Amino acid sequence: MGLDVTGLTGWRCRELLTAGEVSATELVQAYLERISVVDARVQAYLLVDEEGALAAAAAVDAKPRDARGPWEGVPIALKDILCTKGLETTCASRILKGYIPPYDATVIAKLRRAGLIFLGKLNMDEFAMGSSTENSAFQTTRNPWDLERVPGGSSGGSAACVAASEAPWALGTDTGGSIRQPASLCGVVGLKPTYGAVSRYGLVAFASSLDQVGPLTRDVRDAAVLLDLIAGRDPRDSTSVGLPEPVGLPERSALEGVRFGVIKEFIGETCEAGVRDVFASAVDAIGSLGGVCEEVSLPSVERGVAAYYLIAPSEASSNLARFDGVRYGHRTSQAADLYEMYVRTRSEGFGPEVKRRIMIGTYALSAGYYDAYYAQAQRTRTLIIRDFSQAFERFDFLISPTSPTVAFRLGERTADPLAMYLSDLCTIPVNLAGLPAISIPAGFSAGLPVGLQLVGPHFSEKELLGAAHALEQRLAVETVPPLTVPPLTVPPLSEV
Amino acid sequence: MTDEARSLTSSSRSSETAGDTRGWEAVIGLEIHIQLSTRTKMFCGCQVTFGEPPNTHVCPVCLGHPGVLPVINEKAVEYATRIALALGCRISERTVFHRKNYFYPDLPKAYQISQYDLPLGVGGRLEVELEDGTVLPVGITRVHMEEDAGKLIHAGGATGRIDGADYSLVDFNRGGTPLVEIVTEPDMSTPEQARAFLMQLRSLVQQLGVSDVNMEEGSLRCDANVSVRRPGEPFGTKTELKNMNSFRFLYRGLEAEIERQIALLEAGERVVQETVHFDPAAGRVSTLRSKEEAHDYRYFPEPDLPPIELDEGYVERVRVSLPELPAARRERLKQQYGLTPKEAAILADNRPLSDYFEAVAKATGDARLSANWVLGDLSAYLNASGVEVDACPVTAAALAELLGLVLEGTLSGKMAKEVFEAMTESGRCAKDIVAEKGLGQISDAAELEAIVVRIVEANPGPAEEYRQGRDRVLAFFVGQVMKETRGQANPQLVNELLRKHLTGPAKP
Repeated sequence: MGLDVTGLTGWRCRELLTAGEVSATELVQAYLERISVVDARVQAYLLVDEEGALAAAAAVDAKPRDARGPWEGVPIALKDILCTKGLETTCASRILKGYIPPYDATVIAKLRRAGLIFLGKLNMDEFAMGSSTENSAFQTTRNPWDLERVPGGSSGGSAACVAASEAPWALGTDTGGSIRQPASLCGVVGLKPTYGAVSRYGLVAFASSLDQVGPLTRDVRDAAVLLDLIAGRDPRDSTSVGLPEPVGLPERSALEGVRFGVIKEFIGETCEAGVRDVFASAVDAIGSLGGVCEEVSLPSVERGVAAYYLIAPSEASSNLARFDGVRYGHRTSQAADLYEMYVRTRSEGFGPEVKRRIMIGTYALSAGYYDAYYAQAQRTRTLIIRDFSQAFERFDFLISPTSPTVAFRLGERTADPLAMYLSDLCTIPVNLAGLPAISIPAGFSAGLPVGLQLVGPHFSEKELLGAAHALEQRLAVETVPPLTVPPLTVPPLSEV
Repeated sequence: MTDEARSLTSSSRSSETAGDTRGWEAVIGLEIHIQLSTRTKMFCGCQVTFGEPPNTHVCPVCLGHPGVLPVINEKAVEYATRIALALGCRISERTVFHRKNYFYPDLPKAYQISQYDLPLGVGGRLEVELEDGTVLPVGITRVHMEEDAGKLIHAGGATGRIDGADYSLVDFNRGGTPLVEIVTEPDMSTPEQARAFLMQLRSLVQQLGVSDVNMEEGSLRCDANVSVRRPGEPFGTKTELKNMNSFRFLYRGLEAEIERQIALLEAGERVVQETVHFDPAAGRVSTLRSKEEAHDYRYFPEPDLPPIELDEGYVERVRVSLPELPAARRERLKQQYGLTPKEAAILADNRPLSDYFEAVAKATGDARLSANWVLGDLSAYLNASGVEVDACPVTAAALAELLGLVLEGTLSGKMAKEVFEAMTESGRCAKDIVAEKGLGQISDAAELEAIVVRIVEANPGPAEEYRQGRDRVLAFFVGQVMKETRGQANPQLVNELLRKHLTGPAKP
């Protein structure tokens, strides 16, 4: 087996296949091999569909090369929150263990039609609720840069998988930072598209008004390519509108006259020093490319986390009510009546964080509390939207660190939900405003990756990716972790 | 016979009145659910069906699989708008779906997509014509859209009811069927009024062509909010009365519940706010206290569906597409044809019958005769045979032809009934039947005159008696003519001709 997949991008895979330097089967086999070597330690995959991937690869290889679409045969891995027809989809929850969707999510159907090959399903925080992937009911994913640390979350499996070269790229979902924060912690690129740019049909809903599917990739160009593959209005998703035009390949190399607003609220005390240093050097890099950085205050974003932790759990409490043991998924083996069946099924099926959020949301929507909590949070959301749109009158993009800290240690925040929630301080307001944002690797603090977040106006993905690409070239950050082959012993998993 | 006609007949026959209310007054408001007859479901592409094998018209969306999203059925919005407009509601420019959250096995998502504080239509009214001809305006609080739940089948028990069942099965075919919910103001005070309202609402919706409105099949369902009070006093505590799947059960259920509440209050007890079920077999209501009672539905705006914005142009287009509504038709029938209020009410509530009547009246030019026949012999036939008017073997044109024979004197009223009966049996036209049976009256003066002359000549004795003043003898001659014509001679004409020839100069 000659092919080394370390550091391969989706684009590079396409080139190798098109040039005939490698067959789809060889490529898939190389990734399966990589997974078998690396994933025992990283534990990014919940399911590796070896059989399905090899069959799909063989089908591609059977086609004459000139009859293939440009992306046929390129592998990809998927967060286990996206429904894949015939392939178990669990949301890393016991309640969906064994659930095999009868349909493909729209983004999956699009990738299937384009000929991409699905390597498997990736670990995540249960129902995307978490910032470390430690809330998975099944396994703990490690950060490839330091296996003692978390990969971030909830798309921790996706970020770790790409960082560890267990797939050239992956899909994740982002409700409050779940693509960007793990991308930042694992040193990869993560893009959350504008709300409505990508169909949510088949994305198992956490918070419907915030969820978006997006790419986790090794570079900005791959993010642009993958976005074009999945974006578009979907008649099955009434909240989808698609993008005004394909983003195409980002080629920008200078940032002459581009105005960047540095979000003041996100670079203060809450941000650790190492992160602030990397961020400062990124600001310098922007300047060296001709861009102009200036501080801007968005006062309402400081209430973003509070508003988010009412809106998202409220929607989640309703979205997750369908997991009742009646039609699919886990059902308790012992119940005397319907009521007990509901209670036991859900008590056994959901983990503690999911239960916590269902309870918060149920409470916030209750008669007598609705106005004080849910309605108030929606008003705050309106203020946040207003603050952003005012800022975009003066700036082309807004920037901040993606995460206030680098990857933290396994177990470090599991006992303190509030500390965990604050991991998404800088990313949450962006979801509340429905804006597109990208996290790109900006450097390292104590050997751990630090990400830079760029936020653009609604549907500005093309410009946003262009600017990110220019900056990425200038920053030239190493994205292959020195993941040492054998020695590391895996510490016992800390029980949540 | 149409259901409306059946219901009307039964109500007029029984002319029930609620039991003695001993100075108490009931306050009744209704909540009506109507299944729309769209081809597909409210939020997915599954066909709307009835009576199909369980779970054969389902998909990931209406089964509430993880990740699915609803898409609004445009036709359902149009149908609901038709209903709201026909009830005189104001259509909201911006209407929003909400989630109504509760757990039940027939509700796959554990929430029903419904509407809450921004319903499709508000502030309407239905003018209900009561038995005595008076009109009761019933306010329509709101008209909103939602989706139906699936159906539970309780198995293993003796009764088919939930208590005593061994297990329950769920059929999701019905799940996601578009529903319109209509909520009335508490403007009714007797079971009769509630029944009249529901019947007239039913015929209105039927005429809009947006629902089968069949109570037995559940495409029309009605719950009632009931309380009693002394006239002039504030409202009493209300109960919600459910499970009334016919007009008769609505009537009897209300009667029983009003009686129950009065009895409680008279015994010095309280009415408890709760849901009560009418048991038609026992003729009683029973309370069903369960832990599901205290529902907090945690309504919040459905984040998967953007608000619906219906602009004025859209609403206007729907408005002009509405057919003539029963209240307007009732007035027009009275004005244009001189019908009585009762006749007009029966016809206006039954569009096919009313169309039939108008066709007959126009063809014959005699509205009175047409009304008598359509509401008399024709309706009696439809009632007895169970045939719908649209499928009646005697078409409007055929009845008009028959009545034409009556009007021109070819047939007597009595003979026309005979011919009508033959028409219903054979489906043939009146003229053929008359000719075949030789039933036509002989009104041809020349033909009759020849017969009269012959008979007078053949009976010189009685003719002489008549001339001498014995009028009684005329009957003898009439009898002879009738015998000769096998009863088909026009009696009036026979009399005239006989007098002429008997009093004329004697034969030389």
